[in-house]
Amino acid sequence: MADHDRPGARIELSGWGWRHAGRESPALRGVDLVVEPGERVLLLGPSGAGKSTLLHALAGLTGEEGALTGDEEGVLLVDGRPPRRGRGTAGLVGQDPEAQLVMARAGDDVAFGPENLGVDPAQIWPRVTEALADVGFPYGLRHPTAALSGGEKQRLAIAGVLAMRPRLLLLDEPTANLDPAGAALVREVLARLPARTGATMVLVEHRVADVVDLVDRVVVLEPGGGVVADGDPRTVFADHGRALAEQGVWVPGHDPAPRPDPAPGGEVLLEASGVALRTPRGAGTRAAPPRTVLEGVDAGVRAGTATALTGPNGAGKSTLLTALAGLSRPYRGAVLPAGPLARADRRPLARWPARRLVRHVGTVFQHAEDQFVTGTVRDELRFAPRRAGAGETETEARVDELLERLGLTRLADVHPYTLSGGEKRRLSVATALSSGPSHAPDVLVLDEPTFGQDTRTWTELVELLGALRSQGCAIVLATHDDLLLRHLADDRVHVAGGRALVESPALVRGGFRGRP
Amino acid sequence: MAGRDTAAADPMTPDVPRRAGSRYWLAGLNPAAKLLAALVLALGLVPAVDAVTGGTVLVGVLLLLPFSGIDRRTLLVLGGPFLLMGLSSGLVNHLYGEHGLEGAVGVAVRLLAIALPGAVAAVSSDPTETADGLVQRLKVPERPAMGVLAALRLVPMLADQWRTVTLARRARGLEAGRHPLRAVSLFFSRLFALLVRAVRTGTLMATAMDARGFGTGPRTHARHSRWRAADTLLVVGAVLLLAAAYTLSARLGTLVLLFG
Repeated sequence: MADHDRPGARIELSGWGWRHAGRESPALRGVDLVVEPGERVLLLGPSGAGKSTLLHALAGLTGEEGALTGDEEGVLLVDGRPPRRGRGTAGLVGQDPEAQLVMARAGDDVAFGPENLGVDPAQIWPRVTEALADVGFPYGLRHPTAALSGGEKQRLAIAGVLAMRPRLLLLDEPTANLDPAGAALVREVLARLPARTGATMVLVEHRVADVVDLVDRVVVLEPGGGVVADGDPRTVFADHGRALAEQGVWVPGHDPAPRPDPAPGGEVLLEASGVALRTPRGAGTRAAPPRTVLEGVDAGVRAGTATALTGPNGAGKSTLLTALAGLSRPYRGAVLPAGPLARADRRPLARWPARRLVRHVGTVFQHAEDQFVTGTVRDELRFAPRRAGAGETETEARVDELLERLGLTRLADVHPYTLSGGEKRRLSVATALSSGPSHAPDVLVLDEPTFGQDTRTWTELVELLGALRSQGCAIVLATHDDLLLRHLADDRVHVAGGRALVESPALVRGGFRGRP
Repeated sequence: MAGRDTAAADPMTPDVPRRAGSRYWLAGLNPAAKLLAALVLALGLVPAVDAVTGGTVLVGVLLLLPFSGIDRRTLLVLGGPFLLMGLSSGLVNHLYGEHGLEGAVGVAVRLLAIALPGAVAAVSSDPTETADGLVQRLKVPERPAMGVLAALRLVPMLADQWRTVTLARRARGLEAGRHPLRAVSLFFSRLFALLVRAVRTGTLMATAMDARGFGTGPRTHARHSRWRAADTLLVVGAVLLLAAAYTLSARLGTLVLLFG
């Protein structure tokens, strides 16, 4: 298409800054940056460095009617003009695949942008099919968007932006919420885009190693400041790699090296026998009927051992996890307590009363907010001991200890919803620990605990879980995180294709564990 | 659903074909026409409070059901609350009303006749086509129409989140058991957690719509909402049905008007 021969947009910032409405200090200040047409730039910086804010500003989403409100200073120009949405210059793809799509059918969703730009209807469908081909979308125009996987949704979202023929492509952690297969799908698309569109690309991504080959320039931002490093990836990482890694950024060659306590191993505490699991019934009259995702699952969870559930999204990892945690009842078969856990109650875990369950099995959900039930951090931690009938002094002592241990003391009186992502995760782990009799339940179940964490919170979490394991706690986690698997997982259960395969290395039994 | 996506469309067809076969005449009509016809019937029945006028319309709409393409499960899901609504309002009017059994039956039948056409119109239509029809044919403003359409995508997500929130309460040791008061307070605590998630997702979705230039100027329409002769026929048919109902009731001497 002739339009694709247009060069990318040129970005120019001088002395640019932004302060979010209601905040005292600016997110960014004094940013001086020029991006030439067709350049591919990776924006880096510790969390809170205003990377997303800059992307939103470039997309024209700030100001009176925009999604972001606050005070702007300095100059930000795209092609010599202040950016305004609706002009079709910039296209932004966000990180949550669920929230990117607007329409029920794939073709309609891609057509949404061109419609908004007032493109002649006769030209819209050719644009849509071209954009879908550009991202390698494997289904037809009428494919329901609700039936797509996360990676496919992000591909479709990128197609929706491409159909608007932007000259500036803005990507805000496009693979952050995807499993490795989904992330690979998206990276593959990003790799071949520059050749096809010639658009300037600005990318924000957490896990730098995955995207470093896709860019030719890295710009490092500082929280509350401006650009601290700028250049080709190799130079920037050589000069600033260590400093960035210390600030929590995932830098290639600077992976965190946690030292979790070794696994002591122990008796089997939970046993899944002949478990079959079904998807829950969907809402509405058009929802798909329940289908069996896993069958014939036989697996054990051992004390003093970290058991990891791996496998692609949608294979039933989370469903299996909630069954192992005693939260949901399997369609067939049962999750039974064994060994010391069976002394508390012999019935299948799903039939335990909730009060008894929390004393022995703690669960940490992927979205921490889902499990907050009170108004302050301190009350969240008081909640379980009080319900268990602990006295005032005992409760307070336990709460103070947990606050200290998880670095939340400073935030004790804050509302849980106002915490940052990493803090929320630590609080949800702390609540799970608060309910156990000896400051920890027998089994701790976690769904994607390292999602979106920077290297510092990541390391803290791995070491905390290691410490719990060495006290004899059984850790069960569903994860895609290879590094986490390498540092923590003892037993593995691979969930795929309707089966759960136990891949358990034999060396755990003797308490020996090799360090990578 | 499965049946629909295997019938992958010809990628170059700009006007997305309707899913209905010829047997499901009603499903193939423009949703705007169906809603308009339902509106005609509902407003037209407001003045008449007797059983015969409402009953005639109700029978007319029920006769259309086999051609609506609504499957049996949906009918059952939809039918239950409707019968309950009719029966309960009939019963209340019978017990406390001033017009005896006849008046009570009239109220129940009238209620069903007013509500059913709208429900059939909504359920037998595809949401996207409905929004297209409303915007292009009935000149409903774009922003609310597209907003509602986007919000519909949230419904299955919310159902998922409701389930997660419920499991999360159990994980915190919260369970109602057989305690009704506790069940109520637990329900509201879950509702609040769900609300927080819904607001977050809704905000992200609004940002995504903004980022794609929604609401910045006049839009064009990729899908053309076609108005055929059959659509006009449906609206005219609704007017005729209404007229027939009033005539029949007047001839039989049963017609009772609200302000009569």
